[in-house]
Amino acid sequence: MHIIENGNVAAALGVRLCHVNVIAAYPITPQTPLTEKLSEYVEAGEMQAEYIPVESEHSALAVCIAASSAGARSFTATSSNGLLYMHEQVQWAAGARLPLVMCVVNRAVGAPWNVWNDQQDSISQRDTGWIQIYCCDHQQIIDSVIKAYWLAEKVSIPIMVCYDGYILSHTYMPFEVPEQEKVDKFLPPFRPDYALNPEEPANLNTVTLPDVRMDVRGELAHGYMEIRYLLHEEMRTSLTAAAEAEKRFADIFGRGGDPYVEPYLCDDAEYIAVGLGSLTYQLRVSVDTLRKEGIKVGVMGVRFYRPFPDEAVAKALKGKKGVIVYEKALSYGYEGALASDLKSALYEHLAGTGKLPFVQNFIAGIGGRDIKTDDLTQTLRAATKNRVSKEPVWIGLKL
Amino acid sequence: MGTRNYRRKTSHSEHGPGDGGRTGSWRVERPVLNKSLCIPCKRNTEACFICWLLCPDVVISRTIPPKIDLEYCKGCGICAEECPTKAITMVDEAQFSEEEKEKE
Repeated sequence: MHIIENGNVAAALGVRLCHVNVIAAYPITPQTPLTEKLSEYVEAGEMQAEYIPVESEHSALAVCIAASSAGARSFTATSSNGLLYMHEQVQWAAGARLPLVMCVVNRAVGAPWNVWNDQQDSISQRDTGWIQIYCCDHQQIIDSVIKAYWLAEKVSIPIMVCYDGYILSHTYMPFEVPEQEKVDKFLPPFRPDYALNPEEPANLNTVTLPDVRMDVRGELAHGYMEIRYLLHEEMRTSLTAAAEAEKRFADIFGRGGDPYVEPYLCDDAEYIAVGLGSLTYQLRVSVDTLRKEGIKVGVMGVRFYRPFPDEAVAKALKGKKGVIVYEKALSYGYEGALASDLKSALYEHLAGTGKLPFVQNFIAGIGGRDIKTDDLTQTLRAATKNRVSKEPVWIGLKL
Repeated sequence: MGTRNYRRKTSHSEHGPGDGGRTGSWRVERPVLNKSLCIPCKRNTEACFICWLLCPDVVISRTIPPKIDLEYCKGCGICAEECPTKAITMVDEAQFSEEEKEKE
């Protein structure tokens, strides 16, 4: 069924279709309508879930961690400082290998207070051991939530489904709502290896010594380092599982494509603009304009940010003259995190081949500063003539 | 041999001795029991057992004489502190030979 709704409702519908058992969330702009919608579904009996109101985001994720440990499919959502307040539990959920799904409705972080969109919130959680997926439109939001549960439960790693505040969360757009029957076919019930059980009491994620140890059954159990290494290793192999999720989804719903990157007019392009989220769809307009001028340019959205699909990215950018990275976040004191990651992937896979493109970094839309398509077009045009600067260039800065 | 094939990906402790590791290696001082002062030993009957009751790591047995499991005793000294007859004293681990330590 096609409907016209906002991005938060798309996320809420996805959560409902996944038969989530426990929802715990604390309202924060621009995520609020998502949690309100979910509480409406639960109140109206349209969703058989426990909606647990909490006093903070830290508690919201703590509730989800406990619920997931007890074998319940769990969901939370947040934005901005709410995500930062959760940070300790964010790390915990990953180390505990719980397959939570959390929507991050991207918003700038304080100080100073700002409720508008950029991506500093989720980018700042890059190294927590969560998978991060970035959505460009409402269809990707609802589909990503469903795929995320399958993938999270397959690899026992939590997933953030990130989408831009207001630009997607509050904007109305048509999208297809998957049929319940098909979602049920795609996503089997959550059956973890171990769920809290009085018959099999256990102490979860207790102090773990630097070295390995014998457990009570006399088997050699991991030390802290082995547990953390496995998280990393399985993050990397989850790239393969993501491709499997994409394929299964496409087989059932007839939608989908490359699980890692979303290219637009990239095949013959000499210059590629790269970004995360809705910005890459806006960049398509600039690409269309520049194509009319005869400039061979394309745009590639990175859908999967962690684990970083370095091979897919390097393959897509091989032999291009330039890569122009637009970001709504910054690793303060250096450059955009995505630009650094792209450089790393390019160096790893293309160094010495003579096919290493230059990388130009633009920072845009910080704290909701309006990103004008004309500005994108002009900066992209300029970057295809010459690399503009070694330092990231802030678009629309009025200093 | 490593832990590659261990059945879990997380830290998951079940009840039983030693699931926190061989914590005996943390010990700096060793509790030593003087049976001639210990109440259950002297009377040869179940009595006192304050050391057994208060040991936070449950490594002292409720037996005559009480036995201290040095594999897991961290050497906190609570038993020595609480023993009403001062039958337990804490002795520097350096005073025990390597041979004795290995016998543990």
